[in-house]
Amino acid sequence: MARVVVDVMPKAEILDPQGQAIAGALGRLGVAGVSDVRQGKRFELEVDDSVDDAELEKIAESLLANTVIEDWKVTRLS
Amino acid sequence: MSAPSSTARVGVITFPGTLDDVDASRAITLAGGEAVSLWHADADLRGVDAIVVPGGFSYGDYLRAGAIARFAPVMESVVKAAEGGMPVLGICNGFQVLCEVGLLPGALTRNEALHFVCRDQWLKVENTETAWSSRYEAGAEILIPVKNAEGRFQASEKVLDELEGEGRVVFRYSGSNPNGSQREIAGISSPNGRVVGLMPHPEHATEALTGPSDDGLGIFYSALDAIVSA
Repeated sequence: MARVVVDVMPKAEILDPQGQAIAGALGRLGVAGVSDVRQGKRFELEVDDSVDDAELEKIAESLLANTVIEDWKVTRLS
Repeated sequence: MSAPSSTARVGVITFPGTLDDVDASRAITLAGGEAVSLWHADADLRGVDAIVVPGGFSYGDYLRAGAIARFAPVMESVVKAAEGGMPVLGICNGFQVLCEVGLLPGALTRNEALHFVCRDQWLKVENTETAWSSRYEAGAEILIPVKNAEGRFQASEKVLDELEGEGRVVFRYSGSNPNGSQREIAGISSPNGRVVGLMPHPEHATEALTGPSDDGLGIFYSALDAIVSA
């Protein structure tokens, strides 16, 4: 068994109004110096050793992320 | 084969979490068609001539709106039927499903102002050649409700230019843009004009008693025309 993390983030050119709202709230909290926030998703998968990298990429690309608007990154933790 | 006098059969899909299948069926009936219920877990399209993927929150919008619904058994049949030229309409969540399954380009994302928007919305009909818009006059302005939280149409500049260049922007928000959609796009079509998706709800604008107008009926009349002339 292995633990795999898939990070999914909105593409740089995609407007992220939720991230902007968070950045705005930081200002109201009195935090200075944070110029931008982007909000994404993190998935943690428990996978059998039989699941290879190609299969993980397929999972990320075809379900976890919508590649029209999001980028993804697969990381194996061990 | 259907006899010339038989009524056009239009399927309406119900997923877990679909809300607007009943109104869509009612709109089809009001337009003179026969509404046929289709079930998400059943790949059988029951011999329908056209399909409506209605609005709601299929699978609770988990992951992304439409992301889980695209894997339902019925969708494989819908994709095959669409590739064969069957008219398919996606309304709101149905539009999101059609984008996720790849029948239409782009994606619907969180509204720019982050609010759920529910209001009567003016739309301009920009393409009257599709299977779902032929009953309108070019440039017609129609008033139908819009209600969503993830209605902001986004695609790459290249895809947007293609959609514009090929006349595939079917409906555009008029007056004000409710969700920040790029180029005020409210609805688009496939290259052959048989598959159309839009965020606003024509099935909620079919009679004066329950809607702001009956402007939405034209979409269903158009499909019935397309079936008869096919």
